[in-house]
Amino acid sequence: MAEIVIDGIRKAFGAVVALERVELRVADGEFLALLGPSGCGKTTLLRVIAGLESQSEGRVLIGGRDVSRLPPRARGLAMVFQNYAVFPHMTVRDNVAFGLRMAGAEAARTDRQVRRASELLHIEPYLDRYPSQLSGGQRQRVAVARALAVEPSVLLMDEPLSNLDALLRLEMRAELKSVLRAAGTTTIYVTHDQTEAMGLADRIAVLQDGRIQQLDRPATIYSHPATRFVGGFVGSPPMNFLELAAAGGAVRLGALTFPAPADGPIVLGLRGEDIEEVTAGAGFPLAVLVVEPMGSHTLVTGQVAGHRMRVVLPSERLPAPGEDIHLRPLPGRLRWMDAASGAAINPPNP
Amino acid sequence: MRKTLAPYLLIAPSLLFLAVLFLVPLVQTIRLAFRAGQAWSLGNFARMANDLNFSDAVLNTFRIVLIVVPLQLLLAIGMSLMLRHIRRGRDLVLWIWSIPLGISDLAAGLVWLAILNDRGYLNSALFDLGLISAPHSYLTYETPAALLGAIVLAELWRATAIVLVVLVAGLQLVPKEYAEAASVFGASPWQIFRRVTLPLLRPSIQTALILRTVLAFEMFAIVLALGGRNMPVLVSEAYNWQYANQDYGVAAAYAVVVMLLSLAATLVYLRVLRTPPEQLA
Amino acid sequence: MTLRRGIFLSGVATLCAWTLVPIWLIALGAVGGRAAVDSWPKSFWPGSASFATLGSFLAIDGVWTATLTSLEVAVLCMIFSILLGAPAGYALARYSFRGATAYRLLILLTRAFPVGILALPLTVSFIRLGLYDTPVGVALIHAALALPFAVLVSASLFQGIPRELEEAAWVFGCSRPRAFLRVVVPLALPGIAATAIFAFVISWNEVFAASVLTVRHRTLTAYLLAVLSESPLHVQFAGGLMLIVPSVVFIFLVRKHLFSMWGIANR
Repeated sequence: MAEIVIDGIRKAFGAVVALERVELRVADGEFLALLGPSGCGKTTLLRVIAGLESQSEGRVLIGGRDVSRLPPRARGLAMVFQNYAVFPHMTVRDNVAFGLRMAGAEAARTDRQVRRASELLHIEPYLDRYPSQLSGGQRQRVAVARALAVEPSVLLMDEPLSNLDALLRLEMRAELKSVLRAAGTTTIYVTHDQTEAMGLADRIAVLQDGRIQQLDRPATIYSHPATRFVGGFVGSPPMNFLELAAAGGAVRLGALTFPAPADGPIVLGLRGEDIEEVTAGAGFPLAVLVVEPMGSHTLVTGQVAGHRMRVVLPSERLPAPGEDIHLRPLPGRLRWMDAASGAAINPPNP
Repeated sequence: MRKTLAPYLLIAPSLLFLAVLFLVPLVQTIRLAFRAGQAWSLGNFARMANDLNFSDAVLNTFRIVLIVVPLQLLLAIGMSLMLRHIRRGRDLVLWIWSIPLGISDLAAGLVWLAILNDRGYLNSALFDLGLISAPHSYLTYETPAALLGAIVLAELWRATAIVLVVLVAGLQLVPKEYAEAASVFGASPWQIFRRVTLPLLRPSIQTALILRTVLAFEMFAIVLALGGRNMPVLVSEAYNWQYANQDYGVAAAYAVVVMLLSLAATLVYLRVLRTPPEQLA
Repeated sequence: MTLRRGIFLSGVATLCAWTLVPIWLIALGAVGGRAAVDSWPKSFWPGSASFATLGSFLAIDGVWTATLTSLEVAVLCMIFSILLGAPAGYALARYSFRGATAYRLLILLTRAFPVGILALPLTVSFIRLGLYDTPVGVALIHAALALPFAVLVSASLFQGIPRELEEAAWVFGCSRPRAFLRVVVPLALPGIAATAIFAFVISWNEVFAASVLTVRHRTLTAYLLAVLSESPLHVQFAGGLMLIVPSVVFIFLVRKHLFSMWGIANR
């Protein structure tokens, strides 16, 4: 009932193009993350959907209704802002009730829905306080409660967790997921934090330079990045890329030979954890430069065939810098990309 | 030791300066007003109150302040909201609108004298439009309403800029996300203004009103330029007693009245437009 | 363009005209001379526009000296208020000390009083001190008007310069005064200059104190006020224009700082 369709949205600020003909369809009840580095256009896209920014071209449809020319108030959505935008001159209760009051809801319904939203976000003890008397995390909850209180069919969130400290962010992330799952709201969530996007979303749209690079389930985005950019942006450590030369349908790396999909210069993509250590001569050597014990695993940065490479080893394995270790990719985990365009050569086919 | 002394050394010159040129004259003015010869007395106030012009001066001052200040506030709020919707040339418009900030009340009085005198530009325009056949007088003793209107116009022209600048500065401190959040949650432009912008602007409105009202009580050159002595106000009377009559006591009594009015207005604004600290952003 | 937008833009244009047209008209009155002032009905364009009137205005006995006096007073006021205000602002910004709140309160208190009127009792003491009828005397009271503003604005300017920058300079071997000169002053300078210009404009425009504290060495405002009832209109208009032009230029110069300055003076 509240499917969102982004139909050829283009947005230019003067000569600067922020969004380049974006096509996107978010299913009813789906949680979609817009992921990308700052300046990629993700916030602009969200603001166009909200009606806070007007598109240069294209249409936005919410629940089958063309809302492209409607002001924000007529689009029937709710939003959580990056800096929360919780009104400082109103009590928490008035903040949470704001949307309902603007819609002219009767007092009983307002009370009921305010109570429900504040229970969900555990802010009942603060209902009569002012936002300045709350901590950042509590204000964040008020912002979410304000959005949920109107029981919106569409919820837009603009980096809602980015102003929280790391621990609180982790806690709120889990809580958001359960609250939104229960509400069943169609949600678009803007973030630059790939772990947030991976953890929360049903699907992720990765944006770069105003274009959607890849739109897929988190696991697919992680394992089958559509471009070199996506592989480098999603995952920590990012995917390793080795620029190699293929000849006769094969690429050689150390003692290993891999069948390559094309001849000439080619990029081999390999996730740091998709390797195993082997004895000398059974793989390719990595000259260890830096060793970082992370507790759950050991992160090793080294050099192979003139390229930097980061690999993940078990925590008990602590090679010394200067040492050579020998590695072999796990079967089926090699990704090939075009050297010039960076696009995946074997498109994901899960 | 050095650490604790430094700030005091830094503020000392300005403190001394303000003590000598603000606190001392303040006390002196009060003393001067309440002295007759060597004794304390209310004589100066009695002479002030018995003067023919006194009640006119009080009435005129209040008329001007009560008409001008609210109009200026409304006009400035309107202008500051308009500025937010200007897409191109906003800086130019803002500069033009703030030009009067640099214009003294004397100059403003002369500007409007050029427009409103018998052979001025208003009469010329009305004549060109065929609305009048001969010059019309606005600034005489016989036309007090027109004279008051002229003063109000000149004050609106000159001093709305200061209110505007304070409000625009205040609006800049209010993140635009508040209005955006309100619009996303269904508020109409009027509701956004009424429920979000105006309350958040309250501290700026308070500052603007205090500044403006104190300055309006102090205004006198505009009145002298436009109406001569036809429309006495409190400060022009103080000026006349000091300058023409050389009676410093009565002039000081007027000054005390003006100061009390300014102080009272400030206190009223501080109280009525108070923003509780917990409601500040 | 929609009708609403059209109405909106004509509103903006009307308000611009409301500000600019009166200045245009007094300029006409000022350059037109006696003939233009006496003419009826008036032309809205300069006919035989000449700056001869302005020239003859300056030639009137006292006008040129009054203008110079005004300049002198305004420059002195600028110097006094910055020299006294900027250090106090730095103290408020960088130190927390007992009495800081009381000091701030005193500064704010000046706002509730019409400071110009306080020139009244100063006549007597200024005569005694030999400051009566001197540019320095007038500049002192004008500085009292501009000083609170200078203190608040410079305090906030210094607050806006991260303490870490100064600390970095100390760590790399600068003494405290030297760090201030090398790091803080260059960063604060544009804002301080804007504040100084504002102090200039405050002084240039002040009428009451200048009129009360001078007889022979009048500022331009005091001069114009004194001759208001006896001088011909075109002279008055020329004087009005003389008052307006420098202020407008200065407001143009500080336009970028105008709003941050008042935003600051707000708190």
